[in-house]
Amino acid sequence: MSFRNAPLAVIHDVDKDTLFTPEIRAEIDRHVAKYPPEWKQSAVMPALTLVQDHNGGWLSRELMDQVAAYLDMPEVSVYEVATFYGMYDLEPVGRHKVCVCNSISCMLGGSEELMQHIEHKYNVAPGETTADGKFTFKEFECLGACRHAPAVMVDKTYHECVTPESFDKLIKKLD
Amino acid sequence: MSDKITIEIDGRTCEAAPGEMIITVADREGISIPRFCYHEKLSIAANCRMCLVEAEQGGRPFPKPVPACATPVGDGMKVQTRSRKALDAQRGTMEFLLINHPLDCPICDQGGECELQDVSMGYGEDVSRFTERKRVVKDEDLGPLIATEMTRCIHCTRCVRFGAEIAGVRELGATGRGEDMRIGTFVAHTVAHELSGNIIDLCPVGALTSKPYRFTARAWELTAEPSIAPHDAVGSNIQLHVRNGRVMRVHPRDNEAINETWISDRDRFSYEGLNAASRLTAPMIKGDSGWAETDWQSVLHWVADGLQRVVADSGADQLGWLMAPGSTLEELYLGQKLLRGLGGRNIDSRLRQQDFSGDAADPALPWLGLPIADLEQQRAVLLIGSDIRQEQPLLAHRLRKAALAGAMVGLVNPYRVELTHPSRQLPAAPGRLAAELAAIAKAAGAGGRSSLKGLIATADSGDVHAEIAAALKQAGADGNGLVLLGALAEASPDFGLLKALAYQIADATGCRIGFLPPAANSTGAAFAGALPHRLPGARAVDVPGLDALAQLTEPRKAYVLWGIDPAHDLIDPARAVAALAGADLVVACTAFRTPSLEAVADVLLPISAFAETSGTFVNAAGDWQRFQGAVAPPGDARPGWKLLRVLGNMLELTGFEYASARDIHDALAAQCADRAPDNTPRAEYPVGTTAEAADGTLMRVGNVPIYAVDALVRAAPALQRTPLSAPLHLQLHPADAEALGLQDGDQVEVAQGPARACMPVHVSDDLARGGGRIPAAVPGSGQLGAQIGPIRVAKVSGENDQ
Repeated sequence: MSFRNAPLAVIHDVDKDTLFTPEIRAEIDRHVAKYPPEWKQSAVMPALTLVQDHNGGWLSRELMDQVAAYLDMPEVSVYEVATFYGMYDLEPVGRHKVCVCNSISCMLGGSEELMQHIEHKYNVAPGETTADGKFTFKEFECLGACRHAPAVMVDKTYHECVTPESFDKLIKKLD
Repeated sequence: MSDKITIEIDGRTCEAAPGEMIITVADREGISIPRFCYHEKLSIAANCRMCLVEAEQGGRPFPKPVPACATPVGDGMKVQTRSRKALDAQRGTMEFLLINHPLDCPICDQGGECELQDVSMGYGEDVSRFTERKRVVKDEDLGPLIATEMTRCIHCTRCVRFGAEIAGVRELGATGRGEDMRIGTFVAHTVAHELSGNIIDLCPVGALTSKPYRFTARAWELTAEPSIAPHDAVGSNIQLHVRNGRVMRVHPRDNEAINETWISDRDRFSYEGLNAASRLTAPMIKGDSGWAETDWQSVLHWVADGLQRVVADSGADQLGWLMAPGSTLEELYLGQKLLRGLGGRNIDSRLRQQDFSGDAADPALPWLGLPIADLEQQRAVLLIGSDIRQEQPLLAHRLRKAALAGAMVGLVNPYRVELTHPSRQLPAAPGRLAAELAAIAKAAGAGGRSSLKGLIATADSGDVHAEIAAALKQAGADGNGLVLLGALAEASPDFGLLKALAYQIADATGCRIGFLPPAANSTGAAFAGALPHRLPGARAVDVPGLDALAQLTEPRKAYVLWGIDPAHDLIDPARAVAALAGADLVVACTAFRTPSLEAVADVLLPISAFAETSGTFVNAAGDWQRFQGAVAPPGDARPGWKLLRVLGNMLELTGFEYASARDIHDALAAQCADRAPDNTPRAEYPVGTTAEAADGTLMRVGNVPIYAVDALVRAAPALQRTPLSAPLHLQLHPADAEALGLQDGDQVEVAQGPARACMPVHVSDDLARGGGRIPAAVPGSGQLGAQIGPIRVAKVSGENDQ
């Protein structure tokens, strides 16, 4: 057998024009256009990101099913992608996402102390949201910012060489 | 680039094709490389890393060990599968695989036949260095057939790839990452596919095992007996795993020409029916005080006397003889020999057919039209009246492969069939099927004989018809187009007309024509002469007897029923039960006691079921496959051929001196030596009028669901619990439902002639307008009439009433 089996396409029994909003559909279509027609499933990651951003930062099962329907793919293939990557959240999140890198460079650079600081000061464990709903604290695999470890990603912005003090200032600036 | 290159594996020079993977070449050469994720029928995942080997190309060693399953060979490549580096890599992989694998082999069903155990013995270390906690994974509920123990899973993803590539339904997936990765459906739902049981065989560990077999035996206690699957015309090669005279489970045997390495769930789990409480274990006779057990000697005398009396008093023409088309060739042959020896001629095994007008024109030995494996090479296939996945799961798999390779698969059916590949479907109510075929014939440019000319000329050809016709024509010109007639066509009151049109289409497009025989031995029945118009060897009969339906519409004085439950195995159960109830003598030879048999029969003779007798099945492609009995029949039940032999002797008929099933096979084979299946019609099909539904009626579409096809399957509890086993219901097109004022879930009374039955309504636009789909051969359907015929529907209560 070969390596490159074209992925299994599944045509869902829904009207695609009823999914998401016209703007989201147009944006997904822009990504779909980058791939050969039989590989439109390749657009699943940007599609999930878009849908997540428009849903307050998390993906419900219904939304994942809609992405599957929109891209003609089996639902479970979408679940596979969404559960694999750390940037997709499958439960409601706070107003912001704070992702602290836990990989080797950041660990050596002090991310463990940083995380302890966050847990104690804000009373939130990795994967949880603060009581006031201000932010969801996530322990993240390598952010790819080793040279200025430890790195923290707040929503979509990178912050490097973060200390407990500079972290508190970052949080204070969030609404 | 030349066709062949040479490589060296472990010092042995091997020939290989460019682009082949190392593991394929090694397998061919008999050099064993351990593996878990690689399977020759599935795509390459290369994710278990067990097959790491050392390799060098052009004198330059690869820097790291390479996976043999995913490394293409190159000319002059040298591979070491047992070098120090390779063994180290394999040992390392094995150690990682075992980190999270539980040490529960003593209570694991896979123990003793486990690839992980075997490879660990051959390639692993004897002591684990791992002292941390092992992970635990929550089990999945995959339904009544497959038991799961996901903690044992090693993430080879064979089951996931099987679903995507072979079954065509992606239900399983690998969610999560790293230690959190798990195989499952993510959202709890049952795996519903007719081939799903194959993932039990594919799973290299004990994560997926057979639920009905669970904890009942150990692999080393079982003896494997080769056999042939009895539920469809594929003739899948199987192994019966037997312990203490009991079939414990069924596994496939590889046969590339027939079933490849797969079997359907029906063939895998039907063995449960062998031990059902409804098995008949002693001869029984109906007296004034009800049913009483008796002994073989007296009951056979009673039957012989009874048959002789009917022949003497009323003539042998008053004998009706119906045999299940899943009986062995030997039983069918002896059955017709016995009846014809008595002077009778009314024998039939086409139990689900109602239009026999084409008998004179039918080919002598109808068959699939081509070897099973050649189905994959077809470029265009037109299926007429066939829910192929339900009827012949493995032929559906072959067609799926053809469709994925670009073939056009067109279907003309009373309802839209659920398929897992692209298709062109033309759903039409039973009375409109002929019109759809005529439209295809017209688009294909078929002129038609005088009687068909009018129908074809007035047909309304649309785009889809033209598309199907064009694809058939193109494929026909290349010699790989096929027109197939299935079980729903056979059950149609227009079967003769459908055949005439199918031949027209085949002629006009240059396609081959084929029949999908409904049962394991339908093709064999023609060889054996168990038909009213055929003698053994498919030789013509001077004066044909009555066909299966005529035997019931023109009731006989006496009947012999072989392997038949009148309420479920005949096309018109209501009529059958009435005719049988009015007969003077009904002899039922059966493996199962059923209420309808007890109601109409005078004696019940227990015969062997599948796996309990030796015999022969002739599959759709005309392959004669012999098999041996693997277990003894329960109680006093006896192999069918022995019963017929003794009865023949008692009736003092000549030619019943067989010592074994083999002798019977040889006697029939000698008469069939010059006979091969051939679909050339022997005359023009007579063309009648189509059976259109009258005003105010719908045409019933009585498909036989996959797990209702014969008594053994109906008695298999696990199969009956799957989602594919639907209870009696009426499916309606939304427009028809609206016209009748019905909603989903309403209770209705369905009237079919004098027959009545109540059932709920399901509304679905899969069904063509004007049809009413009510499955046949399911509990409750026995009160109704013909599988395809007019019905009236009246509302009894709404879903929200009460």
